[in-house]
Amino acid sequence: MDMSAYPLELPEGDRPMVRFMNVTKSYGKLVVLDQLNLDISEGEMVSVIGPSGSGKTTVLRMLMTLETINGGVIYVDGKPLTHMPKNGTLVPADEKYLRRMRASIGMCFQHFNLFPHMTALQNCMEGPVQVLGLSKAEARARSEELLTMVGMIDKKDQHPSRLSGGQQQRVAIARALAMRPKVMLFDEVTSALDPEVIGEVTNVIRKLVTEHNLTMLMVTHQMGFARDISDRVCFFFGGKIEEQGPPDELFGNPQRDRTKQFLSAVKDAD
Amino acid sequence: MSIWEYMQIYGARLASGTAITCAQFVLAALIAIVVALLAGLGKLSQNWLIRGTSVVYIEIFRGTSLLVQLYWIFFVLPLFGITLPKFVAGFVSVGLNVGSYGAELVRGAIQSVPKGQWEAAYALSMSPAKRMRRIILPQAIGIMLPPWGNLLIELLKGTALVSLISVADLMFQAKQINASTFLSAQSFGIALVIYYILARFFITPFMRRMERAMARRLGKA
Repeated sequence: MDMSAYPLELPEGDRPMVRFMNVTKSYGKLVVLDQLNLDISEGEMVSVIGPSGSGKTTVLRMLMTLETINGGVIYVDGKPLTHMPKNGTLVPADEKYLRRMRASIGMCFQHFNLFPHMTALQNCMEGPVQVLGLSKAEARARSEELLTMVGMIDKKDQHPSRLSGGQQQRVAIARALAMRPKVMLFDEVTSALDPEVIGEVTNVIRKLVTEHNLTMLMVTHQMGFARDISDRVCFFFGGKIEEQGPPDELFGNPQRDRTKQFLSAVKDAD
Repeated sequence: MSIWEYMQIYGARLASGTAITCAQFVLAALIAIVVALLAGLGKLSQNWLIRGTSVVYIEIFRGTSLLVQLYWIFFVLPLFGITLPKFVAGFVSVGLNVGSYGAELVRGAIQSVPKGQWEAAYALSMSPAKRMRRIILPQAIGIMLPPWGNLLIELLKGTALVSLISVADLMFQAKQINASTFLSAQSFGIALVIYYILARFFITPFMRRMERAMARRLGKA
């Protein structure tokens, strides 16, 4: 692939927090994402909606480098994510470079994925101690502060098996934040929750949006929540962004037929 | 001869045989555990040389008879200049043999740790070695403990074969006493009971305790 079209680093002044540049992902002949171009600026909250199979979760997983990309380049804070500059061109990044880039991205999963052999506090301290090299005392202070923020400080010594889904997800958010990421990814974080505890998780995310200047990308099926807190909503269909815009415009006055169909189908289901 | 008279005369020899059996068991178990971990991890390695070595080891030691392996290590290796004392040849053979079964337990347990755990550790930017050591292995150990209990009992029973290269273990002593007294029922009967007691009242409770400790670590007890 010709990499000369891609800069080694994005220039000052044109440096969004995240930039997808012609990013393509396919499994064999199945194209999951087709020439995706998407910028997310610093502090922006972008929601991704769309039918299943539209490629929306793939976008998040590529940003976490859990999926490789087949074409194009992703930039995070101006630097290429899965490529590194070498001899004046971009080459696939090695494990060390990837790990350094990955540390600036945090992710929360649909099924929480807390470490079952560690308490809530230990879950939060693991990354800062083992990866960032913080002392236990520093990591503990940071983790306790975050567990307080998500309202889980009184359960800090409990193992995940003793926590409800909503509580586990709040700990998972604290765990990701403890790494001080520049970008936070939320992958359907309320989909596995009982309806009555969804609020406790969305409230935490809402708090992050209003009180912290964190760049966030969220895949969700909760249209009301997305409309409420996003700066921008992207509707994915068939591996492409079919339509995007401020939530009130996209939900209030969708332009494309597919968007209208999807939104009315979701409304009927509610 | 009553069993009490028998024990008065031969009890000491059976006790010393039991001590040797216990020593063989402990040393062979240590080898089996270490080798199983190495080969189990090795079989999952990206490096073809490490993976290949693990596969060859597992295939050879799992696919051939323990008795033949024992004879090889004791009688054939000296021809290549490696001479092991019979006591060492005994526990090394049993350990390597059981380790090849253990390797498959290790591999299976690692692979059955949910994918989400790998992804969460990856998302925290942990290195592959830390991911394995801090996140995956502790959970895999919990998964593989019950089958290891079985395997260790197999290992204990397997140590009886070392009597065939004249290691003076429990089985060796029972055979010697039988050969000189023809008291077969007593000699082999008592050996049977001692093996059972070791398995049922030492290994099994020990493994249960390990399983409970593991459950506590997962906050489930």
